[in-house]
Amino acid sequence: MKATLSNAFRQLRRYPSAVVGCIIILLLVFMAIYAMIAIPYSEAVRLWRGADNVWIQTPRNAAPAWFNYFYREKQPESIVMKTAEDPSLKQVVDLGGGVSTSDFVFEFDYQYDGFPTELSVFFDAQYSAARPNVALKWVTPDGREIPIADLSVRASENYSISQDTKVTRRLGGVVPERGLFADPNNPNKVLKGTYQLVGEGLIFEEGSSVDASLVVYGKLHGIAGTDHRRRDITIALLWGTPVALAFGLVAAVGSSIATMFLGAASVWFGGWIDWLIRRINEVVMILPLLPILIMIGLFYSRSIWVILGVVIALGIFGSGILSYRAMFLQVKESGYIDAARAYGAGSGRIIFRYMIPKIIPTLIPGFVTQVPSFVFLEATLSVLGLGDPVLPTWGKLLNDAQGNGALLNGYFYWVLEPAFLLMLAGLGFAMLGFALDRIFNPRLRGI
Amino acid sequence: MQNIETAQGQSAVMRQRRLSSLNRIVKYVLVRGLTLLVTVTIGVYLAILIANGGGYVDEMRKGQIRESVSIQMAGDPENAFLTLQERRALEESMVNTQIEQLGLHRPFAIRSVEYLWSGLTLDLGRADYLLSDSGSRQVRSILGERLGPTLLLMATGQLLLFFSSLALGLFLSRRYGTFLDKFIIAMAPTSSAPAWFWGMFLILIFAAVLGWLPFGGMVGAPPPTSTFWRFMSTLKHMILPVTALLISSIFASAYSRRTFFLIYSSEDYVEMAKAKGLSDREIERRYVLRPTLPTIITSFLLTIIGLWVGAIVFETVFNWPGIGRLTQQAINMFDTPVIVATTVIYAYLLAVTVFLLDIIYALVDPRVKIGGGGTKS
Repeated sequence: MKATLSNAFRQLRRYPSAVVGCIIILLLVFMAIYAMIAIPYSEAVRLWRGADNVWIQTPRNAAPAWFNYFYREKQPESIVMKTAEDPSLKQVVDLGGGVSTSDFVFEFDYQYDGFPTELSVFFDAQYSAARPNVALKWVTPDGREIPIADLSVRASENYSISQDTKVTRRLGGVVPERGLFADPNNPNKVLKGTYQLVGEGLIFEEGSSVDASLVVYGKLHGIAGTDHRRRDITIALLWGTPVALAFGLVAAVGSSIATMFLGAASVWFGGWIDWLIRRINEVVMILPLLPILIMIGLFYSRSIWVILGVVIALGIFGSGILSYRAMFLQVKESGYIDAARAYGAGSGRIIFRYMIPKIIPTLIPGFVTQVPSFVFLEATLSVLGLGDPVLPTWGKLLNDAQGNGALLNGYFYWVLEPAFLLMLAGLGFAMLGFALDRIFNPRLRGI
Repeated sequence: MQNIETAQGQSAVMRQRRLSSLNRIVKYVLVRGLTLLVTVTIGVYLAILIANGGGYVDEMRKGQIRESVSIQMAGDPENAFLTLQERRALEESMVNTQIEQLGLHRPFAIRSVEYLWSGLTLDLGRADYLLSDSGSRQVRSILGERLGPTLLLMATGQLLLFFSSLALGLFLSRRYGTFLDKFIIAMAPTSSAPAWFWGMFLILIFAAVLGWLPFGGMVGAPPPTSTFWRFMSTLKHMILPVTALLISSIFASAYSRRTFFLIYSSEDYVEMAKAKGLSDREIERRYVLRPTLPTIITSFLLTIIGLWVGAIVFETVFNWPGIGRLTQQAINMFDTPVIVATTVIYAYLLAVTVFLLDIIYALVDPRVKIGGGGTKS
């Protein structure tokens, strides 16, 4: 058997599709390992749930950052500045009597052709009774000063400039993220240069302080962009890999091994067992698998492992069992089985030691070609909204994209990225499986 | 004189043979029909068991009773004089009587058989939230409305797929080794992706980027008033879904047909036919296509089962107002009666498709016709 396998391996190298398939699978495996090391399971779940405002500083529906390489008009990435991290931005002057000024200046160079999507200032203040006051002012590169707001800052204050209608009115009805950046001579163009957001703070208590951070939300973010809830799609892309591989491989291996055992038992025992297995097979083969999975997902559990179990249980039956049966019928007639029976080997021994090892080589192309269908099954369930409730997967990305009209709104990257990885996984295993099928199935060789 | 007698004898034998082969076909079809009925029964029973695992079917029925009782009471002017408590008590007692009348207090094992019967006879109850276009809550009328579009789309796609993959397979087996042949082989692995997946790409290219074809739906909005233009609009809306169905399966199907034809055309009897000087067309039809057709139908059957099951997401992606889209809506709204009903309908649809193919199988398989070599398994 070892000889068959190593022989098969040598033959495999002669098929370019098998080589490409192997490379793709290896890449995906590395990606899966990297995902699990870089973002531990609990962290991935926490990030994807998006609690505690983890994603408050990323833009909504941002395209991947590398888009800028392909367009002449450069779109902005997010600019984040924090006084807490860079104390030089802040200046505190004690005026005596517990009162002090706490000024900050956020200065940034804006050299993009596109307007940002949102503008927000986040405050972190410490005080016991009297809230600090902050007056915000916008300074454009050509020296215009635009007052933004006077705020009385709470312990944790999110001030969204983009949603402040007063600023909009002051800018003549233009939304702030456009109006504040527009060239006065040509309102549809960005005035490039150094912008300033100046905050003049007043603190009324000893030991009180105020820290601020400015976020200019861009249109691009990270390697993969963000979704409608500001989450970085990279996380789901990365974590979708181990989930898809594990689901596909476990389901394929599990169901093909179980199918093989059933086929062997069916042939060896014959009689009513054979009859029963064949009848059950006929029935299960045309059961509506997906509706049943949907009901289980809805009424019991959406956990990926429960679904996996059901998929394996129902996947045991199908056309596979018939082809294994045909193979085992041939094996059963071979001389060495008679020999084994002659020396008094039991049924279990004959099935496990003599019949199954003979078939294992043909098992491999079988399950490799099955992997894609299970990977896509998981995606299908997720697209229906029945994905695992906590894990980020490729299918869930597609579901979100579908539900938020990604194609209608032109967020193509949101659909294409998970789709590309799904296709890659599907193609990798399918290409390898096709080549393996030709190697192990001599009838196909040379055709 | 003698000649006439022999001719008569021959025709009698022929008639008898035809009769017995008809007999076999009928018997085969009956047996398959029964098997499929058993399958549907098991599928429906399984659906009921799964749904009832959380007591959902019971809840469903009790909810219906409560609703009908409260409607009945609201319509009765006598009840207007009752206090709220009295009215509640009356309602409760009426509900309980009905529950006992319907036998809902009996053990599940007995009731499940009843549910099975009403499931099998398509007595599917009332939907919790979803309405049919005519405003009915009856699951049966909701499903009835959605069945047509699903059948239209799937039948078109499946028939096109069957004939085009057969034609392409034959064409490739004739032109074995050419660039096109190699191209189709190279494309075969792409068939591992389901139809909805390709549908997404097609929508992206032809609807979102190029804007040539609609994103989804079945007719344009507002729907054209004349029948002809409504038909044309539906046709236009069907281009992308049908293409997606074709792309998702045609490469692998054509590849396997081609391989099959190649294996069969190296059989001795084909060589023999060639030696006899029969035309290529004749050889293909009588010696290659004919013996492979049963196997092809069986493998097509598996493809179709996959297509049917994939229809749920497929219709959702294309916003096609069929059963699949309904299933998705029911999932989102957690409309249990509709979900159970769609499972039942899918069980039936699958069984009917398989049954139709079985009849064709019986008609083309010489073993069923002449030899009587039993069923296919």
